[in-house]
Amino acid sequence: MAVLAVWVGKIVLMALRLGGRSGNALPGLIVEKLFPRYLPRALARLPHGVVVVSGTNGKTTTTKMLAAALAQKFTVLTNDTGSNFVRGAITATVDASSWTGRLRADVAVFELDEAHAVRFVEVVAPQRVLLLNVMRDQLDRFGEIDTTARLLRTVAQAATVAVALNRDDPRIAAIGTDLGTPNRLGAEVVWFGVAPALRGLFPTDEELYSGAQPDPGSAGPVQAQLRDWGAGGATIALSPGDAATDPDASVDTIALRAGGAHNAQNAAAAAAIAATFDLAPDLIFAGLRAVEPAFGRGQSFTIDGRTVALHLVKNPAGFRQSLRAVEGEAPDEVVIAINDDYADGRDVSWLWDVDFAAHLPGTGTDSSGPAVRTTGVRAADMAVRLRYDDVPVADIQPALALAVDAAIAAAPAAGRVLVFATYTAMWSLHEHLVDAAAASDGDGPKEATR
Amino acid sequence: MLAHLYPHEMNIYGDTGNVLVLRRRLEWRGLAVEVVPVGVGTAIPPTTDILLGGGGQDAAQGEIGADVLTKGPDLRAMAADGVVMLAICGMYQLLGHEFLTHDGQRIPGVDVLDVVTRGSDTRLIGNHAVDTAWGQIVGYENHSGLTELGPAASALAATSVGKGNNGIDRTEGCLTNNVIGTYLHGPVLAKSPAFADELIARALRRRGDEIDLEPLDDAVALRAAVVAAGRPR
Repeated sequence: MAVLAVWVGKIVLMALRLGGRSGNALPGLIVEKLFPRYLPRALARLPHGVVVVSGTNGKTTTTKMLAAALAQKFTVLTNDTGSNFVRGAITATVDASSWTGRLRADVAVFELDEAHAVRFVEVVAPQRVLLLNVMRDQLDRFGEIDTTARLLRTVAQAATVAVALNRDDPRIAAIGTDLGTPNRLGAEVVWFGVAPALRGLFPTDEELYSGAQPDPGSAGPVQAQLRDWGAGGATIALSPGDAATDPDASVDTIALRAGGAHNAQNAAAAAAIAATFDLAPDLIFAGLRAVEPAFGRGQSFTIDGRTVALHLVKNPAGFRQSLRAVEGEAPDEVVIAINDDYADGRDVSWLWDVDFAAHLPGTGTDSSGPAVRTTGVRAADMAVRLRYDDVPVADIQPALALAVDAAIAAAPAAGRVLVFATYTAMWSLHEHLVDAAAASDGDGPKEATR
Repeated sequence: MLAHLYPHEMNIYGDTGNVLVLRRRLEWRGLAVEVVPVGVGTAIPPTTDILLGGGGQDAAQGEIGADVLTKGPDLRAMAADGVVMLAICGMYQLLGHEFLTHDGQRIPGVDVLDVVTRGSDTRLIGNHAVDTAWGQIVGYENHSGLTELGPAASALAATSVGKGNNGIDRTEGCLTNNVIGTYLHGPVLAKSPAFADELIARALRRRGDEIDLEPLDDAVALRAAVVAAGRPR
């Protein structure tokens, strides 16, 4: 049966690729319907089992980081395409199998959104679970934030070897308190966190909306700590005891290629769960050092001598984190691309929970800040939002490529353009930027990476 | 004075944006404005001209449930006195008589509006535009509570494509004197500038200030409203 399932999946995958499509969902969807037992049986043979990565923000990048760390010692199967439904995991598994149905991997790392993580653990018992955070997202899809936290608790309960949790997120920390260590299936709970001095960089949902300081409660000491973050990189400490205080902790400063404080926190998360494998800290650090930014998560392109960096935004907390790049990178032009297709979330009201005035130049301030343009289906909505934050808008151009091209043309030679885009806008702009980078450089497609 | 009711607990789907919209529209016209947050255990200032309240998570509505009842007498007196109130979603429900949850719990309201709400297991979700006496109001509805208007309540608007109060009687929101309840998030005032100005005008009139509101350039907001009204639910 496994052979047949793999054949069906691979043939659909080949057909899609021949047609020039990079389908991640369809092969998995077909195999899921025809061979519901395929996935658990295939994954049961993995000697080091499955790691499920879930949470609101940082899944894709953290999954890439963890896969890279584990790849220092193991053959890793992962759905690094950003398809975080169960079907994406099935497609990845089929793709990594031989035509005889053999799965050539030691361990699987799957990012799964909160609802699909629950569906996944109903059919596959993961050895390990890594939970990042619970933030308000496109609430029209999952319901409320407390519902989301309950989904993640169910996922954590299913782990059999280890659960890594974010000590700095009150809802994730509460999951640890509920679980107890070990959990009822014998999985030990390990924690990751950031140094107290860095806490202000990572506001929780409570702090974002009410200014309330969360109580860390009964969360234990951290086994992976982000000790410092700055121009030199992310300093991460690992210890089986308390990474915050252990003088013998393994400490390294890693110049991550994916920028932003949130990615430094993601690296600590990946390190925490990686350390539950028999893997030396040096190998974990080496893996983190090698990770390229995930698709559209701080990826940058060189076009006509200008650098264009693309940031995915999908909820208030993530958008606020990404906006910090405006201070860090001093762009000449900023483009905000807002679509409202199903994958973006139909409701764009979350833009009102992002404080743009704090990061973008306001009217009446000096003109040294970047020019701001809005684009996408909801370009006008975004412009209204900026107007009420007293941020002047240079242009409202719903056509994505035209807006970004105008920003590139307006930026000075060797200038910098920052693009913030919702999911579907990011996909179309990524394609456009790859083409534009290729056209501006005779050597073919080039994706410069910071 | 703008009083912002339960900013910490009732703030989902951008409803806090309504406060910003009114504040800026007053500031841009050179009119003085003060925004006062009113939380659990805090009294509503008697000098309030406009009271704004938003939707919340189910858990948050539980946290404020007892407090809102202690504010009930003040809220009823202010409503009778013509204070302008805009209550969205969860706060709209609490201004009514009661909310009967899906599992049979009764959450009492403050009887400012003649409406009752019943929990259901379906969510009424989508972009929603309705016509009112003050032009089109455009927002995004997202609720599972089904609200029915009593004899003393009149609807804010009739629905065409959206679900509105309950998905059945084609009504959206409630208007009684100067108290408005609605299920429109968005925030609703962002793309409904004439509606925002109507709230301001009513508040000024109540104070006896006969000020003609200076027109603002709302071209972008109206363009955004046209786009939103034409998008899939």
